[in-house]
Amino acid sequence: MSIDLKTVKHISKLSRISIDDKKAKKLEKDLNSIFKWIEQLNELKTENVKPLTSIAETTLRFRKDQIISKNIRDDILKNSPKDNKDYFVVPKVVE
Amino acid sequence: MSNITDLSLSELVNKIKKKEISSKETTSAYVQRSKSSKKLNTYVEETFDKALNQSKKFDEKPDFKKKLPGIPFAVKDLFCTKDVRTTAGSKILENFIPTYESTITQNLWDAGAILLGKLNCDEFAMGSSNETSFFGNVISPIDDNLVPGGSSGGSASALAAKLTPATIGTDTGGSIRQPASFTGTVGLKPTYGSCSRYGIVAFASSLDQAGPMTRDVKDSALLLEVISSFDTKDSTSINFKRPNYFSNLNKNIKGKKIGIPKEYRVDGMPSEIEKLWENGKKFLKECGAEIIDISLPHTNYALPTYYIVAPAEASSNLARYDGVKYGFRAEGENLIDMYEKTRSQGFGDEVKRRIMIGTYVLSSGYYDAYYLKAQKVRKLIKNDFDDAFTKVDAILTPSTPSSAFKVGEKTDDPVSMYLNDIFTVPVNLAGLPGISIPAGLDKNNHPLGLQIIGKPFDEQGILNIAFSMEEKINFKLKINDWWIK
Repeated sequence: MSIDLKTVKHISKLSRISIDDKKAKKLEKDLNSIFKWIEQLNELKTENVKPLTSIAETTLRFRKDQIISKNIRDDILKNSPKDNKDYFVVPKVVE
Repeated sequence: MSNITDLSLSELVNKIKKKEISSKETTSAYVQRSKSSKKLNTYVEETFDKALNQSKKFDEKPDFKKKLPGIPFAVKDLFCTKDVRTTAGSKILENFIPTYESTITQNLWDAGAILLGKLNCDEFAMGSSNETSFFGNVISPIDDNLVPGGSSGGSASALAAKLTPATIGTDTGGSIRQPASFTGTVGLKPTYGSCSRYGIVAFASSLDQAGPMTRDVKDSALLLEVISSFDTKDSTSINFKRPNYFSNLNKNIKGKKIGIPKEYRVDGMPSEIEKLWENGKKFLKECGAEIIDISLPHTNYALPTYYIVAPAEASSNLARYDGVKYGFRAEGENLIDMYEKTRSQGFGDEVKRRIMIGTYVLSSGYYDAYYLKAQKVRKLIKNDFDDAFTKVDAILTPSTPSSAFKVGEKTDDPVSMYLNDIFTVPVNLAGLPGISIPAGLDKNNHPLGLQIIGKPFDEQGILNIAFSMEEKINFKLKINDWWIK
């Protein structure tokens, strides 16, 4: 199966990464060669194999429902690209 | 006395404990050498002045009971360090200053180590040559124009060039072992769940594991003892009794069964690697180990499996870089436009390629064909190892299918770059410990490594095997300081 330019642009949209036509063409070539190589997995019969979802195969631990980090609002906002001491700032979403 | 920077980590610790050298002297020596080694482009962030101050403070009030007393130490720039810029080699984190410390680095500082600086790496640890970093290529001290491997390329290069007595890297598909092999150093990837992932910039969470990069096996055991710990801040951290790897280290491997997997003899592998492997077997026999031929039938499928699983996890992990909460932001006409421009300008080509592969294999209609399929094959690969370990105690393989290549040699062909990790990737997929030790030189005098793979949590076992092989191999890394003017 090959990936066409339209699919590349669709994936870029889903990935929230804008790409120009030149980059899209290069990606079309790269992705096709990568997926052609990946498709050798189809040689294997796996109908009866259980997928491996976690290497440790343990259940997650429970912890007490208590606050560990307190009053860290300033820390959380410290690296935000738009300065504001109360909240994150984004372009206007609602008209 | 020989140069301070020529000492191994364990020698250095001894000399500091015996008060033969001070922390200040040691730190000054490393700072000086690091300053005259800019050509290698290993450091992304230098904290030299702070380190010198801290070493002075250590000497005023020394605590010699610590495992790394006043030892200067540079780390891969993938570990979050409080108040010290952490970039993961990416433009998108160019100005990111964490407000918290990773567990692994905290363990280092608690043991007495002092931060020298942050070391260059492939962007988000995605690469096998340290050519994808926003901060430029790292050069190997082995030879001008040679890659140090990746993604922990800055760490490997700084270690081999003696700019830090030891370092730590991260390994998702070989990112510790492959650069160690390329630079004639020792790199250990611990069992998944041994070393906390808390505060490490995430790439592929089911594969990522941090580990020591050192000049010899003794140092590897010492450093593993410091960084390996159970951590409730990492939901996949495993609570098991960690042995004293360093004091338990011994060369008695008599009667150990070592497997040689036939599938690791790949087409086009240089004869010198074949010879290296044969030598390894010979040395193991001399040490009293038994060599057993084994089969890991799904080896060939490990890389394609990895290139579904790792990008899928990466595409989810990297969704957090949206220009809102931290990192770089590009202005856009609206929110979506801002996201798209931020990520387009903030990520490099390899990272974008992997996010897109991951997004595609997880997207509606393709999930079963790719992602689920890969998880199933991953199970088959793990079963191969489980079966093998009913017959053997450890497995010996080459670390890489070739020695280090030239800068720019493989950048145009992603698949050929990915093939570099053919011997290391299966270990991550199965969550096993693996160590690469220097084992010889190729015809151009570039180092080659051998890998020992162990059972889950048997770091001690592979360290002991490595320790006894190291003595037989007697590898000496010769570096002529060509980059220092």
